Amino acid sequence: MDIRIEGLSRRFGSVAALERIDLHIARGELVALLGPSGSGKTTLLRAIAGLEPADEGRILFGALDATRLPVRERQVGFVFQHYALFEHMTVLDNVTFGLRVKPRRWRPGRAEIERRARELLVRVQLEGLERRYPNQLSGGQRQRVALARALAIEPRVLLLDEPFGALDAKVRKELRGWLRGLQRTTGYTTVFVTHDHEEALELADRVVILNRGRIEQLGPVAEVYECPANPFVFEFLGSANVLPAVARGRELWLPGAEHPLTGDQIFPGGEVAVYVRPGDVRLAGADPAAIPARVIDLQRTGPRVTAQAELSDGTRLFMELPHLHHDVSQLSVGAAVRLRLLQFRAYSRADAQRPGAGRPDSRQPGAAPSGQGRIAAR
Amino acid sequence: MSTRTLEAPPLAQTNAAIDEPRWVRHLLMAVALSFLAIFLLLPLGQVLFSAFAKGAGAWWAAVTAPDSRAAICMSLLVTSLAVAANTLFGLCAAWAIAYFHFPGKRWLVTLIDLPFSVSPVIAGLIFILIFGARGWAGPWLSEHGIRIVFAWPGMVLATTFVTFPFVARTLIPLLQQKGSQHEEAALTLGASGWRMFWQVSLPKMRWALLYGVLLCNARAMGEFGAVSVVSGHIRGRTNTMPLQVELFYNDYQFEAAFALASLLAALALLTMGLKAFLEWRLRDELAATRGH
Amino acid sequence: MNAATHSRDSSINRVLPGFGLSMAFTLSYLSLLVLIPLAGVFAKAAGLGLSGLWHELSEPRVLAALRLSFGGALLAAAVNLVFGPIVAWVFVRYRFFGKRLWHAMVDLPFALPTAVAGIALSALYGPQGWLGQPLNALGIKVAYTPLGVFVAMVFIGLPFLVRTLEPALEHAERTLEEAAATLGANRWQTITRVILPAVTPALLSGAAMAFARAVGEYGSIIFIAGNLPGLSEIAPLLIMIRLEEYDYAGATAIAAVMLVASCAILAALNALQFRARRTGAP
Repeated sequence: MDIRIEGLSRRFGSVAALERIDLHIARGELVALLGPSGSGKTTLLRAIAGLEPADEGRILFGALDATRLPVRERQVGFVFQHYALFEHMTVLDNVTFGLRVKPRRWRPGRAEIERRARELLVRVQLEGLERRYPNQLSGGQRQRVALARALAIEPRVLLLDEPFGALDAKVRKELRGWLRGLQRTTGYTTVFVTHDHEEALELADRVVILNRGRIEQLGPVAEVYECPANPFVFEFLGSANVLPAVARGRELWLPGAEHPLTGDQIFPGGEVAVYVRPGDVRLAGADPAAIPARVIDLQRTGPRVTAQAELSDGTRLFMELPHLHHDVSQLSVGAAVRLRLLQFRAYSRADAQRPGAGRPDSRQPGAAPSGQGRIAAR
Repeated sequence: MSTRTLEAPPLAQTNAAIDEPRWVRHLLMAVALSFLAIFLLLPLGQVLFSAFAKGAGAWWAAVTAPDSRAAICMSLLVTSLAVAANTLFGLCAAWAIAYFHFPGKRWLVTLIDLPFSVSPVIAGLIFILIFGARGWAGPWLSEHGIRIVFAWPGMVLATTFVTFPFVARTLIPLLQQKGSQHEEAALTLGASGWRMFWQVSLPKMRWALLYGVLLCNARAMGEFGAVSVVSGHIRGRTNTMPLQVELFYNDYQFEAAFALASLLAALALLTMGLKAFLEWRLRDELAATRGH
Repeated sequence: MNAATHSRDSSINRVLPGFGLSMAFTLSYLSLLVLIPLAGVFAKAAGLGLSGLWHELSEPRVLAALRLSFGGALLAAAVNLVFGPIVAWVFVRYRFFGKRLWHAMVDLPFALPTAVAGIALSALYGPQGWLGQPLNALGIKVAYTPLGVFVAMVFIGLPFLVRTLEPALEHAERTLEEAAATLGANRWQTITRVILPAVTPALLSGAAMAFARAVGEYGSIIFIAGNLPGLSEIAPLLIMIRLEEYDYAGATAIAAVMLVASCAILAALNALQFRARRTGAP
């Protein structure tokens, strides 16, 4: 079933968590809601589920207007961030809960309920664990119980809130591929929330990038990654160097460069900011067309060399260079080099200084919380 | 203090998706508050009302009557001794139980709680069986002219028994929660054992200690059953405040009974206020510990 | 997990000073003040022999007193088992004017000396009392009847349920309720199948504590009870009366029965907490 969201707004006091969101998610699509914490991504997911009321706008499942439909009648499969498994019930009881609480008229027979639950447990590879309690399971197993429980009610759509957030790195990688496969075979329209751009890029058909309750950009994964619509998206999708430049039509002049960069973007003129990822910088030998710079820091770690260079006006940029190249192995601190940019985006200065375009990383969960830590223990 | 009012407890937030309908909420609130009003508020109101039924002058006369004054002094004596003993015990027990690992720990904790589930009358009885005129030690004691039962030492013993777990119970979970890193840090910095205790451990548990002492004190001042058994009800000699209340009441001196009772009720209210404040302090402290 | 905490504890064991001193004091104080005196009751009771015990306990007056103390406490715990959760729920979940004050009020039965509560309840429900008068008019006599005993037992048992239940309700995550709602459960199903099972251990231990307290309660009951032998005389009062008659044997026999009951309750509570910890329920 497809999901259509029209002009959806949600306010918490004076803070707008969602501002007139329009979004269409096609049947069978796997969409990631990506953004820093406080961007409204979880609120949007919860609004789709009916856990958060809409102040304005509509939510449609297919032809059904679900905006005012209570949660329990929406028939959405929701996987909570920490799974919210019922600790006093066995795995089997957790999975069958949604079927057992149906009104008698709609409730399948006991045998049918158990058959469907066992089928689901096979699908999520938990057969044989029916009688276990949630606290006897590993994190990955708990997540799959939560998934089976959500699928048991044959949901209209499947919604996952940070589905891998509580798992360690190795399990996370495994489960991602597995979830992708499950979604392909079941064909459920699926929306998941994440703050990890790699996860979104790896799993989703399309990503929706949210910031301060608005959609910054949406589109297929490759498109969003290649052509970030604005500095916020660029910075959110990975680390970025920001270089000042002056634009004249297609030409971008970086400090100290004798030749301009030319891109496919056209600027009316004036100051712009050139965004380039550290991995998209290369040494250009003695090419006079390249940007002159001086190496000020150098670290060789494994297959890569990370270096910092300074342009003539003092702007610093980070680069990650492949080790194999001859020039790279010869590099030393203090050396004068010329740099080539494989790929970059330029944005007008006004865009780059827009509020909210700051470093998204600092607002991600996991970064130092602003709580008061009076007693240092543990 | 202001941060507390700003951060709304997450559970009190309303969530239309999973909240009861308004009429259910109001019904439940009405049921709960009327229940509390009938069972808690009215008795308290009765005490205060009856205490001042004949005016402040009568109240003052009743409270300052010789029997009342003697009872107040007796209560203070018994309570201070019992609280001091149980505080010392609480500190020792909490230190051993929270910071050390030994077999039978769970049993020890259970045994410490035991006096809470023993009837106060039985708490008095056990000391009669030992020290009473026909008790095991009775003949020996009377030979040597030592009075324990029907005198203040017996009352102290009974009160100590009844209020036994309070301090230990509040300190043990606090120390378990906070862990012993602070003490270990002090030792690595070269502090001696006593210095570590006075300068690190004691400040660390001061609010919980105060909390435990407060509850212990309130119960000790108010203890009735246990003390009643061992006191012998000798007017002006072995009556504590609650016993004097009973005496007045049974003599049909209702105003005097309620006047003295109002003093105890005031103490109870003060205790509850302080307790609420300390709970708020402790919660913050424990929340800060958990935050790591 | 277990091994980790164990190794941590034993490492503490080596480093911190004062274990010997604090442990020795704890054990001797506990033994002298609590264990040995309590054991004295059992020694005395054992001295009576089974037939002696039976002789003391089978007296109708004693049986009636025990029945009143245990039966009344059971009934009071049951009433608190209904109202306690409602009160706790209202405090944990709702916001209303004066909540802090009401909340502090719940501790009143803990803080108010039992004798004070006793005379207050007695005056309140007496024939001339604020509640006694209207109730009398309806033909309900509370003071000086078993009903009065029951009212006092409800009074002293209430905080146990509310105070043990509150943390459990706070601990029960709201996302569990949201999960139940997304799975199609209505409010009633969510409360009975998700919340209630999660707080059952707390509910039971609160009820058990209220019961234990009510069985042994003395001060707040004797004023309102009227203390008619065989009708409204509670077991602790009968112990008192036996002691005043210098009938140590009779007093001890009743005390032994009550002690066994409270030990059993304590053991049950412990087992309950142990199980709750093992299955991970709060």
